[in-house]
Amino acid sequence: MATNVTKDSAAQASAPDEEPVIRLRDVGKLYGNIRALEGIDLAVRPGRVTCVLGDNGAGKSTLIKIISGLHQHDEGEYLVDGEPVRLNTPRDALKLGIATVYQDLATVPLMPVWRNFFLGSELTRGPWPVRRLDIQRMKQITGEELSAMGIHLDNLEQPIGTLSGGQRQSVAIARAVHFGARVLILDEPTAALGVKQSGVVLKYIAAARERGLGVIFITHNPHHAYMVGDHFAVLRLGALELNAAREDVSLEELTNHMAGGAELAALKHELAQVRGVDVDELPEEVAAPSS
Amino acid sequence: MTHTATPAAATPPASPAVPPKSRTAERSLARRALARPEIGALVAAVGVYLFFFAVAPTFRQADSFATVLYQASTMGIMALAVSLLMIGGEFDLSAGVAVTSSALAASMLSFQLTANVWVGVLVALLVSLTVGLINGLLLIKTGLPSFLVSLASFLMLQGANLAITKLLTGNVATDTISDMDGFDQAKSLFASEVDVFGVDVKITVLWWLIFAAIATWVLLRTKFGNWIFAAGGSKESARAVGVPVNLTKIALFMTVGFAAWFVGMHLLFEYNTVQAGEGVGNEFYYIIAAVIGGCLLTGGYGSAIGAVLGAFIFGMVNQGIVYANWNPDWFKFFVGVMLLLATLVNLWVRRQAARR
Ligand SMILES: Nc1ncnc2c1ncn2[C@@H]1O[C@H](COP(=O)(O)OP(=O)(O)OP(=O)(O)O)[C@@H](O)[C@H]1O
Ligand SMILES: [Mg+2]
Repeated sequence: MATNVTKDSAAQASAPDEEPVIRLRDVGKLYGNIRALEGIDLAVRPGRVTCVLGDNGAGKSTLIKIISGLHQHDEGEYLVDGEPVRLNTPRDALKLGIATVYQDLATVPLMPVWRNFFLGSELTRGPWPVRRLDIQRMKQITGEELSAMGIHLDNLEQPIGTLSGGQRQSVAIARAVHFGARVLILDEPTAALGVKQSGVVLKYIAAARERGLGVIFITHNPHHAYMVGDHFAVLRLGALELNAAREDVSLEELTNHMAGGAELAALKHELAQVRGVDVDELPEEVAAPSS
Repeated sequence: MTHTATPAAATPPASPAVPPKSRTAERSLARRALARPEIGALVAAVGVYLFFFAVAPTFRQADSFATVLYQASTMGIMALAVSLLMIGGEFDLSAGVAVTSSALAASMLSFQLTANVWVGVLVALLVSLTVGLINGLLLIKTGLPSFLVSLASFLMLQGANLAITKLLTGNVATDTISDMDGFDQAKSLFASEVDVFGVDVKITVLWWLIFAAIATWVLLRTKFGNWIFAAGGSKESARAVGVPVNLTKIALFMTVGFAAWFVGMHLLFEYNTVQAGEGVGNEFYYIIAAVIGGCLLTGGYGSAIGAVLGAFIFGMVNQGIVYANWNPDWFKFFVGVMLLLATLVNLWVRRQAARR
């Protein structure tokens, strides 16, 4: 796998103490009197993938909504390039180079691939009354950018809805990269995808990192996270349960944190009572190393 | 730090994004033509033309064809604007009575305020654009479906048309304006006839084709056109990438307002007087023409040429039945059949296009 090699060079190029693009300090968020997030510290560095994991309702979406400008934090500090910011709309975030690819909101299915690629940032030519789309240039750039990300389509006119879920997600990633994103936020991009399609998306996450982007990758799946992640943050009931670099955590520990060690042991015990479930393959409970 | 710990079984496949070449290579020209929104309407238009050509000798004359085109044009100008709105994902049920409102406004304001029709014409334009603006703002501010919002404005306009006309004229029709300053000028713009190869053709036919060309260009060749498709195809996705969805929708409602003004002015200068109760029910014909032309009811798909063909079919059926000496009551039956067929074709088209 090509990404393994490049990942190491990327990791060396950006030492852990390099200035992060995004830093959250003690960030908290309240929905009415529901405390959705509390005391979140997180750093996103260029050329590194930060994975945010957690169970349903742990606060993953809330966290990225704050970073992408859909919601505002109530406590703590949100710094971009060391400057405290308060983003009011996704447009503010886009201006700072923070792009978000949502699972369902990535594309307009009935529109051609190239129109989707340039949607909202169309290239035009000619003076005003006859200002028109520069179709040729947009198609050319779309083709080039997609192949730079390793996506090969032979017909850019086909509606993007005819692509597979993974390809569509990948086009959305390529698009964010082209429009100058420095930080790419992906909210559960592999949630609805099969093994193969997830592989496609993971490959493009690695490609985006190679191009020097900081990536925030939200997922339920510790295996997917461990394949591309440089840093892991596990959320539990709105607080960080684990916040560790790759070298300090193994896949098994990560899985364990995700599921909540004690709960998993209980589940395993229960499943052992059910005929036909092989529990020997389930991971053993591991003592939490830090947090 | 290395990735050697990565489980081998979960390694992503090397080149999964490349589909086998043969999968798309077989897409023939015919297949691509079938994916155009207006193809069903084109086939239907040719079929209907040949049918009436065969059964109604009068239909074959150039004069009759000019009448068919005239019928098609007044409906077609509205159907164009309505189809743009539908591609943008919205309906306007007030479009039918809005035509009458515009004509009434022009007629009564010219009469009440001055003796010059142009004042009325310009104020009517403002009124029509404002109605569109209000429809759009209501849609966006309330978040209600446009079906409901425009149903409400349909009822309000219908009531206001009658009430205000009675209030000002004491009658359900306006007084004639044919003796006012500027009438002839305005008539030549909105309701004259032009000679095309020896046949008198209503000027609305030319306007219809000009508007259709502009609409096609805007849809396929401009930023705004891209935004229309995106706003109708997936509002949230469009917003997430920075498309001004609300602005697009308001502009589309105002385009319907503009078309209503134009057709309203035609009716006013064609007949010199306006019946306050007219226009009710036409909104459905505009929507039907757009649907026959390939617009999806759910938005995000369709074409201006399709709307032209839809209106043309309407014109042919409407006049063809007369030329064939049939009972005109059959008109609605025909329209129903056309609508059913068109919807089935569109359903099939969408299955092809959105297949995953
Ligand atoms: N708009 C809101 N108003 C009130 N409470 C909210 C709102 N959005 C989220 N919450 C609450 O905040 C908590 C965190 O939700 P969030 O959507 O961030 O979870 P998540 O980790 O993304 O879960 P999932 O994996 O299911 O997507 C939940 O308890 C949820 O009920
Ligand atoms: Mg979520």
